[in-house]
Amino acid sequence: MNVGAPEAIAAEQAIVLYVNGVTVSFDGFKALNNLSYTVRIGEMRAIIGPNGAGKTTMMDVITGKTRPDSGEVFFKQTHDLRRMDEAAIANLGIGRKFQKPTVFENHTVFENLELALKSKRSALHSLFFRLSREQEDRIDSVLATVGLRPQREALAGTLSHGQKQWLEIGMLLIQDPELLFLDEPVAGMTDAETEQTAELLRQIAGKHSIVVVEHDMAFVRALGVKVTVLHEGSVLAEGTLDHVQNDDKVIEVYLGR
Amino acid sequence: MARIATSTGYVPLLMRIDGGGRVLLGLMLAAAVAVPALNLLTPANFALHVPTYLVSLWGKYLCYALLAVSVDLVWGYCGILSLGHGAFFALGGYAMGMHLMREIGDRGVYGNPVLPDFMVFLNWDTLPWYWHGFDSFAFAALMVLLVPGTLAFVFGWFAFRSRVSGVYLSIITQAMTYALMLAFLRNDMGFGGNNGLTDFKDVLGFDLQADSTRCALFACSAVALGLGYIVCRLMVTSKFGRVIMAVRDAESRTRFLGYRVEYYKLVVWVVSAMLAGIAGALYVPQVGIINPGEFVPANSIEIIVWVAVGGRGTLYGAALGGVLVNYAKTYFTGAAPEIWLYLLGGLFIAVTLLLPKGVVGTTSDLWQRRHEIFGRRGSPPVASQGEQREAAE
Repeated sequence: MNVGAPEAIAAEQAIVLYVNGVTVSFDGFKALNNLSYTVRIGEMRAIIGPNGAGKTTMMDVITGKTRPDSGEVFFKQTHDLRRMDEAAIANLGIGRKFQKPTVFENHTVFENLELALKSKRSALHSLFFRLSREQEDRIDSVLATVGLRPQREALAGTLSHGQKQWLEIGMLLIQDPELLFLDEPVAGMTDAETEQTAELLRQIAGKHSIVVVEHDMAFVRALGVKVTVLHEGSVLAEGTLDHVQNDDKVIEVYLGR
Repeated sequence: MARIATSTGYVPLLMRIDGGGRVLLGLMLAAAVAVPALNLLTPANFALHVPTYLVSLWGKYLCYALLAVSVDLVWGYCGILSLGHGAFFALGGYAMGMHLMREIGDRGVYGNPVLPDFMVFLNWDTLPWYWHGFDSFAFAALMVLLVPGTLAFVFGWFAFRSRVSGVYLSIITQAMTYALMLAFLRNDMGFGGNNGLTDFKDVLGFDLQADSTRCALFACSAVALGLGYIVCRLMVTSKFGRVIMAVRDAESRTRFLGYRVEYYKLVVWVVSAMLAGIAGALYVPQVGIINPGEFVPANSIEIIVWVAVGGRGTLYGAALGGVLVNYAKTYFTGAAPEIWLYLLGGLFIAVTLLLPKGVVGTTSDLWQRRHEIFGRRGSPPVASQGEQREAAE
């Protein structure tokens, strides 16, 4: 351990996700190329980038689906995510929402949240699991947060696209993760739904660190957070939306060629 | 707000068993009492007398039904399409067969008090090590569970941890039962080769040919089916069951929620294999023989047909399918010996085309529609998932 200035240590401790020099290649193609960035505790961050910029691969690496060829990925300084599988990383407190809303369609909305609820994940525990009153209240409060109270007993498969997105966000919230990854949370949503989702995310920001991967610039603007632009597997620019939109390299990547 | 079937609090056993399941359990209880009574206590010319051959035939059907339930547990609820469950059934059968062989004692053709006839015939002079212990019924009964269970555990450990799934897993299960068939066909394996194990005399000292023994075996099969059903039903109605259904519907989502999918699969897989083993063990004394033919891959595929015909993912539907298809088989071989295979094939095609949800699924759909047509407004009684889905659409 190097002993730095107190401020430096404090700054270091405030980091929830540390990605440094990560490279992933598939058959010679570098999906991620020396990618480095950090996310602070309680921060909400938007990550944008054209198709093939490596956004999904980046999430795969952090959530344990893909092993990087080189580089380091640390959660809260101490947990080396390269050594853990999906389940271990999820239990550590990193939640992930898929691009295509993925809920359990043959379970009710309530059951979806029950499955996501923070509790022991072992098979034996599940066999004898009984929901407590507090846990049920917790589920109901998350239902209220994501606005799905009336659909409590409906099968998740019967929900609209937007409602499924919210249910999945609810499933992440109820896991009580420290860090959330949201892959295009407003894809396919109406303007009104997009607006509601931005409101929802602003509400939960601060309690959780959130990384939003998004194409929709209006939505990113509505979030009003720091933006990281990915291109060809590495960070192209970082800053406020206005800052990156005026960046020459970003303009070239998005508009040029 | 009225609560319908959520998971809070204690749910009594009977509440966790659906309508079809209660009918199944009631039937099994009634059959376990009535069939032996009608066979043993009524004269042969009495109208309701059940002849012994029918007792054993239906005992066999019930074993098949339990096998179908075990397959429905892994396929209907966890999405693992096993095309090798015949292997677990046969292994349970062989474990029981080995005990029955040892029980023959010196009453075999060669009169050897220790070695089964086929070993004497092969000029063996000592019992292979793995035949030791099978003279004890308790040991054999344990092996009925442990042998299929261990094979399933080892197979599942490697397959599920390497995340083999879908068609690839199905193919490996076929390969597993095929490999076992080839192994058991070899004389030097010590399981009677092509002929298998047969000429059983008695079980626990009771003559296997006696009506009373046959009735007892039938009753055991009915009770085993009932208990097997209850075990499966309790599993699938617990949170464990909701997790395995989640695995079936969206495996990676379940993983990212923090569940170790491979362990969940392993548990259902092993439980299912043990149930199949029990079915095999009850089957063998009733048909009087176990041979490598039980490992034939086509047998395992047929089990899938039973489940599909009855109704996948309902458990009691699988039991119904197991009985129905095998009854049809018996009926067709008698009624139309030349073309029975075509009739059976036609039945399978008809069911697939006309009743894609199986007999049970289609019947409950019709029931639902009747209710919709003839009213019954107001708050519906406890609705099943399928009905809720129908209603919401």
